[in-house]
Amino acid sequence: MPFEALLATCLAYVALMFGVAYAADRAAARGHVRWLDHPLVYTMSLSVYCSAWTFYGAVGYASRSGLEFATIYLGPTLVFTAAWWGLRRLVRVARMHHVTSVADLISARFGKSNRLAAIVTLIAVIASTPYIALQLQSVRLSFEVFATNAPNGPEINGALGGTALWVAAGLALFTILFGTRNLAADERHHGVVTAIALEAVVKLVAFIALGVFVVWGLADGPGDMLDRIARTAADPQVAEGWLLKPDRWTALILVSAAAILTLPRMFQVMVVEAADEERLHVAGWAFPAYLFAMSLFVLPIAVMGRELLPAGSNPDLYVLTLPAAAGQDMLALLVFLGGFSAATSMVVVCAIAVATMVSNHWLVPAWLALRRIPSPDETDDLRGFVLNARRMAILAVMAAGWVYHQASGGTAALAAMGLVAFTGMAQVLPAMLGGLLWRGANRKGAYAGIGSGLVLWMALIFLPSVGVGGDLPVPPGVDPWTAAVMASLIVNTLAFIGMSIFGFPDPVERLQGLSFVSAVEPIRHSRMMRGDDRAEPLLAMARKVWGAEAALRYFQAEARAQGRSGYLPDLTPRFLTRLERRLAGSIGSATAHAMIDRVAGGVALTVADLLQVADEAQRAKEETQRLEAAQAELTRTARQLREANDKLTDLSVQKDAFLSQISHELRTPMTSVRAFSEILKEPDLTPEDRSRFAGIIHTEAGRLTRLLDDLLDLSVLESGRAQLNVSVVNLHDLITRALAAASATRPERGFLIDRDLPAEHLGLITDPDRLLQVLINVITNARKYCDAAHPVLILRTRRPETGGAVIDIVDNGSGIDSGRQSLIFEKFARLNDPARAGGAGLGLAICREIMLTLGGDISYLPGQGGAAFRITLPQRPPASAGSEPPA
Amino acid sequence: MKMDILMIEDEPNIAEAVRFLLSREGWQVGLHADGAGAIEAIRAATPRLVILDLMLPHRSGTQILDDLRAEGDAALAATPVLMLTARGQSAEAGARADEVLAKPFDNDELRQTVRRMLP
Amino acid sequence: MPERPLFLERASFHRRRLGDAARVLPVLTMLLILVPVWWMPASLSYAGGAVWIFGLWAGLIVVVWALHRALLRAEAATLRASETPPPPPAETPPPPVKGPADAL
Repeated sequence: MPFEALLATCLAYVALMFGVAYAADRAAARGHVRWLDHPLVYTMSLSVYCSAWTFYGAVGYASRSGLEFATIYLGPTLVFTAAWWGLRRLVRVARMHHVTSVADLISARFGKSNRLAAIVTLIAVIASTPYIALQLQSVRLSFEVFATNAPNGPEINGALGGTALWVAAGLALFTILFGTRNLAADERHHGVVTAIALEAVVKLVAFIALGVFVVWGLADGPGDMLDRIARTAADPQVAEGWLLKPDRWTALILVSAAAILTLPRMFQVMVVEAADEERLHVAGWAFPAYLFAMSLFVLPIAVMGRELLPAGSNPDLYVLTLPAAAGQDMLALLVFLGGFSAATSMVVVCAIAVATMVSNHWLVPAWLALRRIPSPDETDDLRGFVLNARRMAILAVMAAGWVYHQASGGTAALAAMGLVAFTGMAQVLPAMLGGLLWRGANRKGAYAGIGSGLVLWMALIFLPSVGVGGDLPVPPGVDPWTAAVMASLIVNTLAFIGMSIFGFPDPVERLQGLSFVSAVEPIRHSRMMRGDDRAEPLLAMARKVWGAEAALRYFQAEARAQGRSGYLPDLTPRFLTRLERRLAGSIGSATAHAMIDRVAGGVALTVADLLQVADEAQRAKEETQRLEAAQAELTRTARQLREANDKLTDLSVQKDAFLSQISHELRTPMTSVRAFSEILKEPDLTPEDRSRFAGIIHTEAGRLTRLLDDLLDLSVLESGRAQLNVSVVNLHDLITRALAAASATRPERGFLIDRDLPAEHLGLITDPDRLLQVLINVITNARKYCDAAHPVLILRTRRPETGGAVIDIVDNGSGIDSGRQSLIFEKFARLNDPARAGGAGLGLAICREIMLTLGGDISYLPGQGGAAFRITLPQRPPASAGSEPPA
Repeated sequence: MKMDILMIEDEPNIAEAVRFLLSREGWQVGLHADGAGAIEAIRAATPRLVILDLMLPHRSGTQILDDLRAEGDAALAATPVLMLTARGQSAEAGARADEVLAKPFDNDELRQTVRRMLP
Repeated sequence: MPERPLFLERASFHRRRLGDAARVLPVLTMLLILVPVWWMPASLSYAGGAVWIFGLWAGLIVVVWALHRALLRAEAATLRASETPPPPPAETPPPPVKGPADAL
């Protein structure tokens, strides 16, 4: 087939993957996650286990070592027979702690130690780089198979020097586009997972199609196939290689079982991307079935390749050369796409997983450590930094894979890399299993186990595989590779257990141990009390990680769950624990822990605290769900009652204050009017004085009128009898008018106005005059009260998913104390008296009434670094509002 | 020259009216426009009479009155005080000030009260 | 209602025995995969071995599928039974409680 057609097909396939990922991301953003969350999609995404090493390499492996190849798939099958009680528990615990990677799991379990996570990340980076190189190589080789068949082969071969580079660059683009779109608290990538699930189908179909062709097309059905296998095995040279070695068999099954749990990409798709543990009910049998289907035809293909293809053909490429030699061009193309899918899906997921580790455990902690003096009002955007760190890490991982590929060059050097990566990540297994099953496991043990495992793996397996150092000297008859694997794992496990027995964990670690082993939620201990003003800095911090909207939504939901209104929940231990774990979902548990401590003030945990906390956790476990719900309901009601009572008390005090305020507000202008009108009657005034006094009378009379207007306005709005003159409005025009009208207030203050003009063009149905009144009032307030040296006013408009519009108006002044934020919308709730000139303190009360009449709301947004108001509007005013049809 | 009257009033137009009226009677009238620093202003000026608005920013008229009465200098502490209030608040405030005038006041009433109070 | 507690007892008993089976299965699988190879590697290395391995594998998949289906049904049954008082016996582990953070 022409090489150009191959290239075109390949590009079309890549475009399809981008399209699928984009569509899935969009669907997920709109909340259509039902089919994305299907257990079969999850199962298919698990097939990243079958990389190009499987797709091409399994046949090569089988042709050299016979049935031994099956160990790589029997190990995971063994693990999945324990899906019900083993994997479900792993997923549950990992999701409970919002674990982002295998390194994060280890770190969270052993007292949120980032150093431990950094070591695991190191293993992952060392193990993944050659593994990625192997994938790039497989794509390059498969291209070359077609290129050498092309008439102008040599030229294209020359151009092919860069195939691996192009593939790496394309994959980096894909991964960055769909892997780092957001920093969601639950770290799921619907687009990537869906594309990978589709690629899994392509691989499976391609491989089965080839298998069917081989068994029923080239051979004469299964019986004939078995005969051919037996005939091939009769060759003594083959028989020698194919003879199963029980020690290797056992070690390989052990290592591949470990790999499915610890490989970064497997942990990513199996644990991090899992919405809940329920999907393992299906995956428990469906994933072994997938592996079974991928393995079934491996041996037949190997045997057939050996029989039909010229001696000296590369068995790693039988899957391509076999259909090509038989003249099955379309089948060869399908197989090529299958192999391409296998390689690309592995690289993408591996890059996401390793980049998450590198950014969460290397870059972000380093960055936070460099900026040693934190301040709550730091303006930098952590979220942007984390995302960029992740993007850089993805590029670095890809680049490393490509450089490794170019440097190693040879075929054989890379072929072994799959197993080398498996054994490297397997060194994490003792600490992982121990951490999940044994409360006695501690950090010292984890350091000792993982550390010794890392050293032995480097010395005995990794370095020999790249040609440095030799094999372990072993007695004859023992397989050197098996000896090296068993030695490293046994030393690792013994060191882990030994140091755990002799070490004593600190309280945080003991708490995490309890939580991991008994799968209960730990409660962060806190001495913070109700009304603690540290809620706002915490919100500001969360905003930097998640973005303003997500952080506000989370805080509001938490506050509501506590039965509080507004955006600031009480800093209960429960809330802090949940906040920390949600942050951990974005930046890793060690960093989240450190950041919360930094803002909330690290209260050192004592053993007494620990006992109390453990006691609480135990009790929580024992309580039935119903009791918990009832209790929560009671607490919530009690809180609501208390809040209502507080508010009533406040209101009655305010009512008295209101009357006396009205009296004062009316009498003040009246006093001037009366005094000056009497003065004007006196005969001996200069004309200048006379006219100035008349001017004062005029001004004060105007003030009186305005006040009466405001009072009238308020009483009409409050009684619900307000008439709305609705029409279609463009928010952009209204905001422009409001800014122009408000600019007359303190014109000497040069405000920098920051608007997002394109986003402002939102149309909705409302009363333009009323809305304008609100906008002018809020903007005027900002002009009056913003005390920054260089005042800035930020206006942001957007349309939420529910329709309507949200307008945020934020200045950079000192804002409003959290204690007074709930009072500012009350009548005459003047804030700082010195600046009260001109306003009677009715403005925000009127704004609130107007917004309620329009079916929207206005609220104060805490934690925005200045006074911030949010105006929400529905798409149209409620039908019940006293609106009259537009004339 | 010693100041006769110190007025503590945050409303500029009322302050201007009072100052205009009393200056024409020949008295020297000073002004302080905030509750904060009022007692320091009184200490500095040692006026013969203080006209005090009840509703002031930062520190209310009654608080300033208490501050004044608690001054160490007996002569200063005994300075006569005329309190300006809105009606309804006068009962409480009036018990402590030497005289109380409800806003809005009659110009003659103001002049006569001040004349009566100035020794 | 004298039958109610009896049914409940049975449902949770059944579920617990299935849970035991789920725990035994991986151990059994390991023995089935490893022991024959240690026992007689030569006769399992070629065509016969392929039939053995893939036969065992297919059997395992069916067993896991059947077990998971039975477990899901048993769990649903105990859940239904426990929805009406009296509560299930203390020995039954409580149904997996979702983390409150997940509920958001």
